[in-house]
Amino acid sequence: MAEVTLRNISKSFGPQVALADVSMTVPDGSFVVLLGPTGAGKTTTLRMISGLDRPDSGTILVDGTDVGAHSPAERNMAMVFQQYSLYPHLSVHDNLAFPLKSPMLRTPRDEIARKVAEVAEILQISHKLDNKATELSGGEMQRVSIGRALVRDPQIYLMDEPLSSLDAKLRSDLRIELKRIQASMGATLLYVTHDQIEAMTMATHIGVLDEGRLVQFGPPREIYENPVSIYAASRLGSPKINILPADLFPGAPAGAAHIGLRPEHIRLGEGIEARVKRVEHLGDQTRLHLTINNHDLITLTDPHTTDKPGDTVKITPQTPLCFDAGGDRIK
Amino acid sequence: MSGFSVTEPSNRQKWIAAVLVILYALITIAPLLWIIATGFKSPEDAIAYPPKVLFEPSLEGYVNLFTTRTRITEGMQQTLPPPATWYQQIARDSGTMIAGPSRYGQRFLNSVVIGFGSTFLSIFFGTLAAYAFSRFRVPIKDDLLFFILSTRMMPPIAVAIPIFLMFRQLGLNDTQLGMILLYTAVNLSLAVWLLKGFIDEIPLEYEEAALIDGYTRFQAFYKVVLPQAATGIASTAIFCLIFAWNEYAFAVLLTSGTAQTAPPFIPTIIGVGGQDWPAVAAGATLFLIPVMIFTILLRKHLLRGITFGAVRK
Repeated sequence: MAEVTLRNISKSFGPQVALADVSMTVPDGSFVVLLGPTGAGKTTTLRMISGLDRPDSGTILVDGTDVGAHSPAERNMAMVFQQYSLYPHLSVHDNLAFPLKSPMLRTPRDEIARKVAEVAEILQISHKLDNKATELSGGEMQRVSIGRALVRDPQIYLMDEPLSSLDAKLRSDLRIELKRIQASMGATLLYVTHDQIEAMTMATHIGVLDEGRLVQFGPPREIYENPVSIYAASRLGSPKINILPADLFPGAPAGAAHIGLRPEHIRLGEGIEARVKRVEHLGDQTRLHLTINNHDLITLTDPHTTDKPGDTVKITPQTPLCFDAGGDRIK
Repeated sequence: MSGFSVTEPSNRQKWIAAVLVILYALITIAPLLWIIATGFKSPEDAIAYPPKVLFEPSLEGYVNLFTTRTRITEGMQQTLPPPATWYQQIARDSGTMIAGPSRYGQRFLNSVVIGFGSTFLSIFFGTLAAYAFSRFRVPIKDDLLFFILSTRMMPPIAVAIPIFLMFRQLGLNDTQLGMILLYTAVNLSLAVWLLKGFIDEIPLEYEEAALIDGYTRFQAFYKVVLPQAATGIASTAIFCLIFAWNEYAFAVLLTSGTAQTAPPFIPTIIGVGGQDWPAVAAGATLFLIPVMIFTILLRKHLLRGITFGAVRK
């Protein structure tokens, strides 16, 4: 396992800027999650590190060594592709064994058998080992593609939305399993996802990407509690952070154009009147959709609330996040 | 399913379809059956009018195909010892004596060497070129591809004279190597274009996965791309072999002795001792067999079709 450092990485595809001057260190043994919408440069970052694409400028260091001239095989990294990329002419077993048989590893036969069986067990695909890769469901293909990475002991695991097409149960199982593997092996992982639960529960660090720029990098709690911008604040939190005009409530600091309110920033019971538009009972939580002067916000309330649409409640912001007109955080 | 539905054809439609297919099959196969049947007729039956559908089978055509014979007179018949083998007996019955083997076997062997040799080379170079055109950023790629295709825009025989002169200079006249190179050159454009189409259909993701899994580009090519291109390679190989196997004009022009293939040889059988149609038909029948075997062997790759892969679109 190794530390991976990106220094001033830029990449364009024609006029389309994919990455702009990204610098980031993935510490040895860390679990780094890249967050951002489609097109933010998450997958491109993984492809740069793996060596499948070359950056236009900048350097990539693995344990301090510049790997710019190394082929993907020489970099010894495992990657889980978003589109699975299983070898259709091989069985599930042979797909899992494929990296172990490579000229880079040349694993002995009995060790291949042991590792494949072990990984198949973890991913609950032992009963499918003799199937052709094409005879699997989407979720099974995805697990095989995770398995093809896990059989190895690479410098770093690169995973591109590896849990996206699994059902909820399997997804939460594998989330825990991946985190356990990473922690017990001391593996370094760079992980791309849309799913903020994955980001919050698994990551030691989160990198927030916006149109090819790395806007914030830090532990999940820091990103959540101390976002640098409206954009970064919007990546985490469910329900999503409410962005409202600063003058809606009294006491906003000078220069603030917007305030951001997460549910925990909203105290119910006193303050400004808000009308209840909708009440969503989700079981473990109850979401209150409110409107103040035609500005909508969502907050959480007591699961057994008796509030109903049309009611009026009073709310007060507590230590809200303040942003300037450009969306940057004011501290 | 929404938007459209496919209705099961009625019994009547199935019957009509079956009759049409069988009719088509019979029309296509009729000349073939006629050739095969003629090979087993006696020379008299072969030219009988009206043509005989039922006849007494004879191996005379096959014996004549593989032997050269001298005509013997009634008087000589008496003095000769009785024929030692069944084929000598057949020859004797038609008033001839076997003088030695014909050159059919050797011509046939030439066809096998040249046909399969040029097919192998066409596929070998065609696959490499198609892969490069499909995957790499080749300068003036489109122009090169068009140039390759343009070599097929005229009939190959149009360049026969330059090739003839070239071959004479290079000492390739009437050699197996010369014919292999020529057929490879003619087939290569077809092979490159067909195979490029097949390789284009194989997603790049598989190779990328193999690169990550610790393989070099070339290893990824033969471990991941080649197995998936099997369908394309098989069908291209069949096309190449059929062309090289049946080619007549160049073979007549550029081979005469040692490297002559079967197609120009078979018609020459006619001239030996009258119009020997059964021998010609026998030669044609045997000539069909290798291509048929080759096609049947590769058929499972053709029928398997494109594997809809394990890549999410």
